Amino acid sequence: MSLDLKLDGRSEDRFGTMAQGLLGTPADRPEGVLKVTGAATYAAENLPENCAFGMLVRAPGQGKVTAVNADEVRAMPGVLAVIRDERMIRNAAQGTANEAPVQGVDHAEYVGQPVAVVVAESFEQARHAAQSLKITTEGSPGPVDPDAVEPEGEPTRTGDLDSAMKDAVHALDLTYTTPSHSSTPMEPHAAIAEWDGDRVSVRASLQMLKYNRNELADCLGISAENVRIQSPFVGGGFGSKLGITAEAVSAAIAARELGRPVRVVQHRRQAFETVTRRSETTQRIRLAADAEGRLSGLGHEALVSNLPGETFAEPVTQASAFAYAGAHRVIGERLARLHRPAAGSVRAPGEAVGVTAFECAMDELAVKTGLDPVELRRRNIPDKDPSSGKPFSSHMLAAALDDGAGRFGWSDRAPEPRSRREGEWWIGSGMAAAFRVNIMMEAEARIDLTPDGAVVETDMTDLGTGTYAILTQIAGEALGLPAESVTVRLGDTDFPPGSGSGGSWGSATTGNAVWLAALDLRRQIAARLDCDEAELTLRDGQATCGNVTRALAEVLGGDDLRGHGHITAGDAFEDVVQSTFGAHFAEVAVSDVTGEVRVRRMLGSFAAGRILNEKTARSQCHGGMTWGIGMALTEELTHDRRDGHMVNRDLAEYHVAVNADVPPLEVHFLEELDPWSGPMQSKGLGELGICGAGAAVLNAVYHACGVRIRDMPATPDKVLAGLE
Amino acid sequence: MRPFDYVRATDAAGASNAAQAANAAFIAGGTNLLDLMKLEVMAPEKLVDISRMGLDQVEEQGRDLRIGATVTNSDLAADLRVRARWPVLSRALLAGASGQLRNKATTGGNLLQRTRCPYFYDTDTPCNKRQPGEGCSALGGETRNHAILGTSAECIALHPSDMAVALRALDARVEVRVPDGAVTEHELGDFHRQPGDRPDRETVLNQGDLITSVLLPAPAGDRQVYRKVRDRASYAFALVSVAAVLRVEEGRIAHAAIGFGGLGTVPWRDPSVDELLTGERPTTALFDKAADLLLQGAETHGGDDFKPPLARRVLRAVLEEATA
Repeated sequence: MSLDLKLDGRSEDRFGTMAQGLLGTPADRPEGVLKVTGAATYAAENLPENCAFGMLVRAPGQGKVTAVNADEVRAMPGVLAVIRDERMIRNAAQGTANEAPVQGVDHAEYVGQPVAVVVAESFEQARHAAQSLKITTEGSPGPVDPDAVEPEGEPTRTGDLDSAMKDAVHALDLTYTTPSHSSTPMEPHAAIAEWDGDRVSVRASLQMLKYNRNELADCLGISAENVRIQSPFVGGGFGSKLGITAEAVSAAIAARELGRPVRVVQHRRQAFETVTRRSETTQRIRLAADAEGRLSGLGHEALVSNLPGETFAEPVTQASAFAYAGAHRVIGERLARLHRPAAGSVRAPGEAVGVTAFECAMDELAVKTGLDPVELRRRNIPDKDPSSGKPFSSHMLAAALDDGAGRFGWSDRAPEPRSRREGEWWIGSGMAAAFRVNIMMEAEARIDLTPDGAVVETDMTDLGTGTYAILTQIAGEALGLPAESVTVRLGDTDFPPGSGSGGSWGSATTGNAVWLAALDLRRQIAARLDCDEAELTLRDGQATCGNVTRALAEVLGGDDLRGHGHITAGDAFEDVVQSTFGAHFAEVAVSDVTGEVRVRRMLGSFAAGRILNEKTARSQCHGGMTWGIGMALTEELTHDRRDGHMVNRDLAEYHVAVNADVPPLEVHFLEELDPWSGPMQSKGLGELGICGAGAAVLNAVYHACGVRIRDMPATPDKVLAGLE
Repeated sequence: MRPFDYVRATDAAGASNAAQAANAAFIAGGTNLLDLMKLEVMAPEKLVDISRMGLDQVEEQGRDLRIGATVTNSDLAADLRVRARWPVLSRALLAGASGQLRNKATTGGNLLQRTRCPYFYDTDTPCNKRQPGEGCSALGGETRNHAILGTSAECIALHPSDMAVALRALDARVEVRVPDGAVTEHELGDFHRQPGDRPDRETVLNQGDLITSVLLPAPAGDRQVYRKVRDRASYAFALVSVAAVLRVEEGRIAHAAIGFGGLGTVPWRDPSVDELLTGERPTTALFDKAADLLLQGAETHGGDDFKPPLARRVLRAVLEEATA
């Protein structure tokens, strides 16, 4: 039995009338203590008996690969095997690929491609042996420079933007660039594979297990029924663990060949290269506005890159399709096929860089029109999606702008740049709007209800985002149980397939599946009480129907009940446009001597439907805003201009924002229920905080010192060039 | 990482003896060496641990200060004598690395830290510093953080230290015990070697030579400033840094010693800059002239073209602050 729901229209809000009072509270993460005490075991931990250790080996160039001294390496102390298997993968699979990515070790298509795995009795032996394996490549390398190739794809054209630009009172034609970004998270990419006959079990660090299972099966050429993946704790993903990864595939291959468990952990420098980066972008933005700043047309064209054979093109303009009014439009991406490491989804693919550049351009339009930047955006809020003509499920941009501006004290701002100075520091403030599409996937979950409480099971993952907490809250709220009586088990393909974590869809999608499983149980309970489920009140282990209240354990009468829920997106995601909205505000100081930028405060107001857990939601926004600071000021993956390899592939040289770069971050949530988003009325929040955050910082830099940075990040040398 | 032997030395003689082997290295904090060993950029066959030899004391000798080679960066930065009389050193130390690294990194080790040139770290790209004669991958590559002073056709790798920049401005000396037991002293300015045609030789030390102390003479100037420009507020190497030790008497600069980081293949100091400033009244024109002198031999490589103008601005600001 399963309660299936396809979201074809508006859903009724069921949580407004629940009695437990758990959902929406800033509940602690139930696994938090395990994590801070080291008791939560990540993929590389819990070594099985007799485990061998594998280390990947990279290609130092492009072309036909030869392992020159494999026999020598095989003879090194402790070495068990030097494996070069055609089933090994070139790079991590794209999110939701559901099949093997490009495979093969005979031809390296980018510098850094894994082309061998060396296995030994100890990690140290494996690492030294892997470093001793001499790999050569020969053949003419493919292009690595985005400007050197003819890109694929054409933007979508609506109306006549060229004419609109000519007729406009204010016209801007600007180009912004963003460099490659890394998604490498705190926990290194790791896997332990163990075979039992024809069945392989893999402890891995992955985001979307139901897809990863099929991808691994396809890589190995076996049936998915013979693959089990466990990933109960994941130390961050940001897109780098969406698809099956090189260490998981090679661990499975090596474990099969050696007939014993094998662990493969990627070195930080390897993970930079083998998981997908965010593509660099070159974004041409055109804005045509009348005297009042109302857009008659807009263009957003982006050049991005990826390896041959990859389907993913950074969807830079995803939000530009619906963000602002304007009849004449040119929107879309072009994809350059380059032999740089593969590109894929990194936190808020599309909007993270697309909204950021577009919101910088809107700031430039505000300056050109003499309008306040908040007012300019307000004037261009469309009443329906300008690209498709569809209505919005809800539109909270105006509310977010007002809320954020009020709290930040925006009205105190002098409009002119270089209005305020403290010693050598120029002080300024900037803002940006935030948009992120709301995505619903498919998910299943089950709940077993016993007198001891409820056990929720799904193969959903928790990347440190709060999935355990939120699913506990949903099940507890719907079943009238305190958090202590709910156990959530995640990250095992033996459980019902959840949505996986990615695209901000996790809590809304899998959360609704948990709700449906709880609803299934509520109906069974109501039937036992001989009442209608809608009349049922569950609270603190008591069931009330009409004027009858009985202990839930008594209602169960010795039976264990099982509920099963299954959610799929339907016409509710076709008939209307669903998005989350927000507004970012930032204050920065810019040194007139050095061009260094220090962010002094940041504030975001966000709307994403019902907020399920105020604490974990806030943490997600803090993380996004911090990424925004990094994108604006410090983060840049440098590719060597000669062979495209990642030059700064470690966390000392790839500069994410650190504590000292991040000021107090203020986060506010707007009250909202979005009936189109599903029974929980909740939309995906995880990635909203990054979208546009960097633009608020860069716009503040301009306001502070009058220097406009269009080539991100705004490192001191670039700011200084403007100050000189 | 290659397998290696590990020996824990209890005194200097034992350490020197143990390190006589052709491919032995001393280890103290290990914050740089271990990273390089994991990547097999360095592959000593033997490590001689000098962290338990009592070289972790800071002692006054008259008006001077003797800093043991294994005094950690954190302890040295926090030393009240250093903070009071050599504040430029404390500031420089605290501007370097991260709190965790400073707790382990030592005074002697910091002087010996290797460049952060990414091609030096990447054993798949040729590097003359790793392997003389192999070629330099930085030339023609990504050069945002490379040296513009003291470079050669073989190597443009930058010296990454903050601490050593302040030490240069403070006229520090390095005390070295050589294997036969003799103790020699080197001016810090003579201690590091510019790359020339042997970028692998970074200091005057020979195999088995052990840094035992750094000697800090009484400060020649009471106006001390350290300023570091970097890509993020913590845990980033200097784009440009300036350490200034000045004394001003009757409106004139009576003593000037300026160290520079982020610019040179070694911790940089240019005597002609110090001479130019000494005896003069502080003016913007004078500071600009000092920058002209400093940068007259600078060679940039594209990615680091921003360094001369940045160095000029930082030098001017530091001198303004120090003479105000």
